[in-house]
Amino acid sequence: MKPELQQTPLPTLPKRRVSFASSPYFVYVLVAPLFLVLLAYVVYPLFQTFVASVQVDGRLSFENYREFFSLEHSSNLEALWTSIYISVLSVITCGIVGVSLAFLLERYEFPGRKILSVLALVPMALPPLIGVLSFTFLYGESGIIPRALKELFQLEQVPFSLKGVWGVLVVHTFTMYTYFFMTASAAIKGLDPSLEEAAANLGANRLTIWRRVILPMLTPSIVASSLLVFMIAMASYTAPLVFGIDRTMTMQVYLSRTNGSLDMAATQSTILSVVSILFLLLMRWYQGARNYQNMSKGISVHRTEVKSKTGKYVAMVLSFIAMVILLLPILVLVLISFSVDGTWTVQILPPEYTVSHYLELFTDSQTWRPVVNSFKLSAIATAGIVVFGVAAAYAMVRLPFRGKTLLDVLIMVPWALPGTVVAINLITAFSEPTIFSFQQVLIGTFWMIPLAYFVRHLPLVFRSTSATLLQMDRSVEEAARNLGASWWYSFRRVVLPMALSGVLAGTLLALVQCIGEFVASILIFTTKTIPLSVAVYQRMYSFEFGTACAYGVLQILLIILVLFVTKRFIGDKNGPVI
Amino acid sequence: MSSVTLDHVSKRFGNVKGVEDVHITIQSGEFFTFLGPSGCGKTTTLRMIAGFYFPSAGRIQFGQQDVTHLPPHKRNTGMVFQNYALFPHMTVFENIAFGLQVRKLPKQDIKEKVERAQRLVHLEGYGERRIDQLSGGQQQRVALARALVIEPQILLLDEPLSNLDAKLREETRYEIKRLQSELGITTIYVTHDQAEAMSMSDRIMVMQGGEVQQIGTPYEVYHRPVNRFVASFIGETNLWEGKIVATDGNLIRVQVAPEIELVGDRANASAIAKLQPGETVTLSIRPEAVEEAGEADAPACNQLAGVVEVAEFTGASVNYVTKIESLQLRSMFVNRGSRVKQAGEPIRLRIPTESIYFIG
Repeated sequence: MKPELQQTPLPTLPKRRVSFASSPYFVYVLVAPLFLVLLAYVVYPLFQTFVASVQVDGRLSFENYREFFSLEHSSNLEALWTSIYISVLSVITCGIVGVSLAFLLERYEFPGRKILSVLALVPMALPPLIGVLSFTFLYGESGIIPRALKELFQLEQVPFSLKGVWGVLVVHTFTMYTYFFMTASAAIKGLDPSLEEAAANLGANRLTIWRRVILPMLTPSIVASSLLVFMIAMASYTAPLVFGIDRTMTMQVYLSRTNGSLDMAATQSTILSVVSILFLLLMRWYQGARNYQNMSKGISVHRTEVKSKTGKYVAMVLSFIAMVILLLPILVLVLISFSVDGTWTVQILPPEYTVSHYLELFTDSQTWRPVVNSFKLSAIATAGIVVFGVAAAYAMVRLPFRGKTLLDVLIMVPWALPGTVVAINLITAFSEPTIFSFQQVLIGTFWMIPLAYFVRHLPLVFRSTSATLLQMDRSVEEAARNLGASWWYSFRRVVLPMALSGVLAGTLLALVQCIGEFVASILIFTTKTIPLSVAVYQRMYSFEFGTACAYGVLQILLIILVLFVTKRFIGDKNGPVI
Repeated sequence: MSSVTLDHVSKRFGNVKGVEDVHITIQSGEFFTFLGPSGCGKTTTLRMIAGFYFPSAGRIQFGQQDVTHLPPHKRNTGMVFQNYALFPHMTVFENIAFGLQVRKLPKQDIKEKVERAQRLVHLEGYGERRIDQLSGGQQQRVALARALVIEPQILLLDEPLSNLDAKLREETRYEIKRLQSELGITTIYVTHDQAEAMSMSDRIMVMQGGEVQQIGTPYEVYHRPVNRFVASFIGETNLWEGKIVATDGNLIRVQVAPEIELVGDRANASAIAKLQPGETVTLSIRPEAVEEAGEADAPACNQLAGVVEVAEFTGASVNYVTKIESLQLRSMFVNRGSRVKQAGEPIRLRIPTESIYFIG
């Protein structure tokens, strides 16, 4: 048999001129725009804020810092202290709740386990502002639960209510324990049972196995989540706002800004930035240093079944209570979203109901407008995030160039910065014409919010895309090149389709995060483009609870939809995008 | 088809040595193998030929064309990757068609060529399958078809069999060899498996530590290894140190133990062996060359008496490790049904003069 393949000669590959593209310096042309974007919208605003903080009447002065740290006007120091201790306590409570829940759900089999392990992630579906609001509806001084208990037991006063620091802590625990829960679950799933068996085989008892094997293996994930929760708690703004704790760093920044002392706001922002960036670097260092990657394959989880009858009942009751606690915030939002605005005063539950809020959402242009605004603002920001994120992820994973660590840190900085700080940075940077704003003043324009969204959620697409690219074998792209595909052709036909799941996951997440964004929005929105979250806040203040909650339910539905789509089409393989 | 010339090619990664001064010409239509342990530089060399690395020094030519700095997509080589690198988001057909689509062939031609390629690797009717619906062996054949369908000047195979199980490996080995000789395509094959290399190649380049050790036909590298590394890496062998006590024409007398002297032939020596009395040499004795001496045989040249330490029955052969004074000798006998000796039994062995090879 003669070679079958050579009957018709193939056309030779199209001749292309040898381009600049094969030069080893070409890569810097490719990554320069990435650095430029980061310089313009992350570094420059950060720097401008710093400059504003050290300039008093046009002179270099550390007057603002002296004031911040002065013992006479101690409000700033008090705020710093409050922020820190709230954050530390949040880490402790979130850690206890998150890790023990992870252990229960991963290691034990009991009635209700499956539902509970799904519901445990419900707090993620609550946008920060909406979560805090539903907690005040439920457990606040005039909340449903305290009032119901008061009626039930004929008390003079409500028996308890969430307020002050405790309110903040409870809300933090509820919304942030998921970070511990997810990383601890992943770590426990990854614990190879044969390690425990090996320890037992070598003569270790149950306690020793825990002390010497299990806990050390979990340490990296617990430390990483602790740092993360500390950072998020430091940046927390809505909980202190709603519970009226003025003396936290974020609230101080907000108050200084609204009182018009921008240089003090800049000082407070700078200090908060320093703390956040320090924590970011600490986290990066720690993640680089840890090395307990599980090397075994084919791990099967073995769960201890709760067998005794009483055990089963106790487990059932407890998981029912947990489910109620997890679901109540959403249920109460749904309930109030049907209440008639302004009728709910001293009753336990809203007395009158209507579906008009939902109808108005789609018919009344006044009500509809914030939804449209938010979608428009978020879509613009997300488009930018996708283009930047995909390019940066590809460069990071595939291109050889110096300055990778710098790029990585610069991309993660906006994520570490509290939203309040991002807003202050943008305000100080773009209150006058700059090259980066094309010689325009951006304050008071439509573009301010998309820019803030872009900066805040910059890392999302980058993270998820680079995670998928890292999993993708480099040789697949090489195979395409070997078969004659140019770089652009193989990027289009091979790299992008394969990374699509990651890109999509990050994009959807970025979109819902933008739509739910409140912290930066509240500082920079213009009356012409009020976003959804600000509208919720305003409606709350004018006692239009029904409309506010309808907005909230809309956001939650959107988030649940995104989580569902992501899980359905992408699966768990990307891990949490944080 | 074209020849491949590596003209004093070196590759460094920063300060780490990749490969050092590789200088070969691979003939048009030849099946040429890079053989060596992992980290020896064989894959680096292959990747330079494919264009994924550019050499730090030296030139690479395909026929008369200098391709040293040509990017990979303009080289028209077909490569089969160790993990196949199939596109997981495409079907079998789309995978094979990819290279043809890049070359902008008419749809009808693509269809015909892909189907022909599928027939060639026995994957008719699999066109619409997704990659994850294929077994390892089938994936391997898709990778092969994808590389062959573009009618490459050179076929590059990077350990293509290492992810297959033993039985499939042997089958695929014949398959690759059959395709190669049918198509007459210049093929460069990278492997760490010396049995694979021996059975498939026209010539083998043995590498270690980034340096070329020996280039030759399978017969040459087996029977005339240039150094200790090649002798021990290819096939099994006994390596004994000895001192030359006398030379008598072509006969070399070597003392390998206080009481043992062996006689070898001057012709069986590598270029670096110094065959003068008083010199120390290394002897290589292949286990299958050792013969069993009968009980009745009179003591003769190169005859040794020892005790069986380990006896191994593999079915096709009987292997003994025999202790002879301070030395150990591995020997292998084709199983013809005679009794297998037990550990501890005495044994008499003979090493034919022509089976002693002086490495130096």
